[in-house]
Amino acid sequence: MFEILRKSLRTGIVTTSYPETPVEISKFARGRPEIDWHKWEDARPATAACPTGAISYQDTGERRIARLDLAKCTFCGLCAEADKNIRMTNVCECAARRRDDLVTEVTYSLKPDGRHERLVTTPASKKSHFNKTALLEPGYLDVLGRRIKTQVDSVLGRSLHIREVDAGSCNGCEIEIAGLGSPVYDLERFGIHFVASPRHADMLLVTGPVTRNMELALRKTYDAMPAPRLVVAVGACGCSGGIFGQNYATVGAVDAVLPVDVYIPGCPPNPHALLHGILVAIGRLAPAAKNSPL
Amino acid sequence: MNDMPSVTEIVAEVQERFGDRLDGVRVCRRDEIYFDAKMDLVAGFSAHLYKNWNARLVSLFADDVRASEKVFHLYYVYALDAASAFFILRVPVPADKPEFPSLANAIPAADLQEREIQDLFGLKLIGHPNPRRCALHDDWPDVHPLRKDFDLHTQLPPFQGERHKFREVEGEGVFQIPVGPVHAGIIEPGHFLFSVAGEPVLYLQMRLFYTHKGTEKLFETLPVTHGVRLAESISGDSSFAHATAFCHAIERAADMEVPPRARTLRSLCLELERLYNHIGDIGAIATDVAFVVANMHAMRLKERVLRVNEQLTGNRLLRGMACLGGVRYDWDAGQIKTLEKLATELGPDFDSLVELIENSSSTRDRLEDTGILKPKVALDLGVVGIAGRASGFDHDLRRDFPHAAYDRVKFRVPVYQAGDVKHRMQVRIDEVRESLSIIQQLVSDLPGGALRVEIGELPIGRTALGYVEGWRGEIYYWIRTAPGNRLARCKVKDPSLQNWPALSEAILGNIVPDFPVVNKSFNLSYSGTDR
Repeated sequence: MFEILRKSLRTGIVTTSYPETPVEISKFARGRPEIDWHKWEDARPATAACPTGAISYQDTGERRIARLDLAKCTFCGLCAEADKNIRMTNVCECAARRRDDLVTEVTYSLKPDGRHERLVTTPASKKSHFNKTALLEPGYLDVLGRRIKTQVDSVLGRSLHIREVDAGSCNGCEIEIAGLGSPVYDLERFGIHFVASPRHADMLLVTGPVTRNMELALRKTYDAMPAPRLVVAVGACGCSGGIFGQNYATVGAVDAVLPVDVYIPGCPPNPHALLHGILVAIGRLAPAAKNSPL
Repeated sequence: MNDMPSVTEIVAEVQERFGDRLDGVRVCRRDEIYFDAKMDLVAGFSAHLYKNWNARLVSLFADDVRASEKVFHLYYVYALDAASAFFILRVPVPADKPEFPSLANAIPAADLQEREIQDLFGLKLIGHPNPRRCALHDDWPDVHPLRKDFDLHTQLPPFQGERHKFREVEGEGVFQIPVGPVHAGIIEPGHFLFSVAGEPVLYLQMRLFYTHKGTEKLFETLPVTHGVRLAESISGDSSFAHATAFCHAIERAADMEVPPRARTLRSLCLELERLYNHIGDIGAIATDVAFVVANMHAMRLKERVLRVNEQLTGNRLLRGMACLGGVRYDWDAGQIKTLEKLATELGPDFDSLVELIENSSSTRDRLEDTGILKPKVALDLGVVGIAGRASGFDHDLRRDFPHAAYDRVKFRVPVYQAGDVKHRMQVRIDEVRESLSIIQQLVSDLPGGALRVEIGELPIGRTALGYVEGWRGEIYYWIRTAPGNRLARCKVKDPSLQNWPALSEAILGNIVPDFPVVNKSFNLSYSGTDR
């Protein structure tokens, strides 16, 4: 007993907290890719390099529509290797409320040699959840945590209970979700708990491309939850089907089965990205809660 | 080990023993030898290798070559650890008579793999003790996805088949506890049915393959460069090991050598993967017997490794690092220093965590003699990796089939006979210490030179076996190449598939509340099994 206490005391506090321990995100970390849309002149090499179809294009006549779909992106960085106009950032908070918010589409005029030029339309400005600098600020995580707590308090008037369902993932997302419970991230200090039963849950965190063998179990889990309920799709597979897509054994993205409130891209999303997604989801709950019999 | 005859001598002995019943012998690589024979030789061939050469069946799979050869091929892969070679027996199955005799009665290790072939290729099993469906659940229509005439994107009608019927267990006071597929914790899906009388478990039935994602079929549609990324997604906790085993297979098919620096970086990443998983498991085992403080320390250490992973490879799970012909990212002096620092600082912290667990008598009491897997049973089931080594399995591909840079380091392979949860944890504890030593050895003598070599155009119709000792156990990839740097077949063998049946044995006679800790002590990958 004494040893246990001694080790704990000797270890001290490891939980990220402002201002003692600023969040450390490696400069080498790969987050979402950024395309220099104006200088970009050929969508083909990056499209060929992308293993999940996150970067794609469609040529019709003299027009080319190029797409970057963050829901499919695994942040592998192969596009940046293939094309100097693409660069990997270490920005990991990409969660969005609508699937479309994760897609950027740009129209170009097509040249005869297959390259493209002259931006015909500019990329539509998104209501950005991509706060580029916030993540690098000291104590960011704790600030984020307090924001979550405030939101949870105001919306639910109690703590947020999450039920996690693996609907077919590779267990990569599970590693990071389980990591939220480590003393470093310590989700519970924000009043957020993972619960064992969907009947106790306000939020369903779903990972994986939904497999045919898990589709029914996922529906039943959702049906067992009391309203109001939130569904968060986690990871490239949960958001879009990822590298697995749709095939004889999978039905693809979570939103093919359940209404999804928030998408958290990443492969897997790191704990910050998960926290960010949960915050976005609770923001979503706020207006709905006014009308629902909470 | 030294008095083991050379591979050539063993091949000669096998040829002499079976004479013209062997249709051909091909030495594809020094450690990969193919034998062609008819179906009726399988049982005798297996028995001979098992009895005389201490072989073990490590993989068993089918390949649909009806288009060119009008048959299916079955491949039986045996590891001859002492001789450091794989013998691969290939037998044809006629397309018009799609059935094959089961080996499972003689070699229980073949059980699940044979049933998977039956499901995915539609080859009927003859004489199997339990020929029920496994990979495709009972309600699936009558399809065989790995046949070449089945399209990956086939839209199957809503499932209406029969629900799975578990075996009945009856008796006074016997009742059933169904669990899953959605579990209480943050874990993967699978269904367990416990038959209990009072608290002790009488019988455990498992249903897996809930996360079957058509992965092996998907490999056949992707260029090999994308295949590396798919291999990373087969079991997230073994991302690097799986991707590297895949690369190893392709590199062997292309007859290419990976540069020394890349080989060293591969070994380092494999050890980092081993570290974070072993430490996480040790903590999780402690949690499952209610010693949560230890888990908090373990998670703290695990997080530290994950952050080093991110610093070194850009991803906390080491994703994106593997590539064909080497590795993708080189490390500068600062990054190498980070790794060195981890290797020196983690040791003492880890030791005090272990001490904490060992000094807790209530924890020891729950772990000792719990979930015993007897060495004899483990041998029969072909249990591999950490679970195997706690039950007398004295094998480690890092030592017996040196890959990556494991020929350059000295390390000990911990082997115990007790086979209980305590010793499955002990194997992990020992391996963490060995890993730290391996990292120190490699970092202190990091070779320079190229980081990767171009893979070029793959020869067509080439077959190759790639392997890696992941943290959980041995991972095998077998490939057959197709035109355009694609694959005609990619067989993935995760150690989990081999080890699941052992869990059913280890839990017998234990109380239901001990199931979580017994399960955790194996920590098998559902996704790696189901693919």
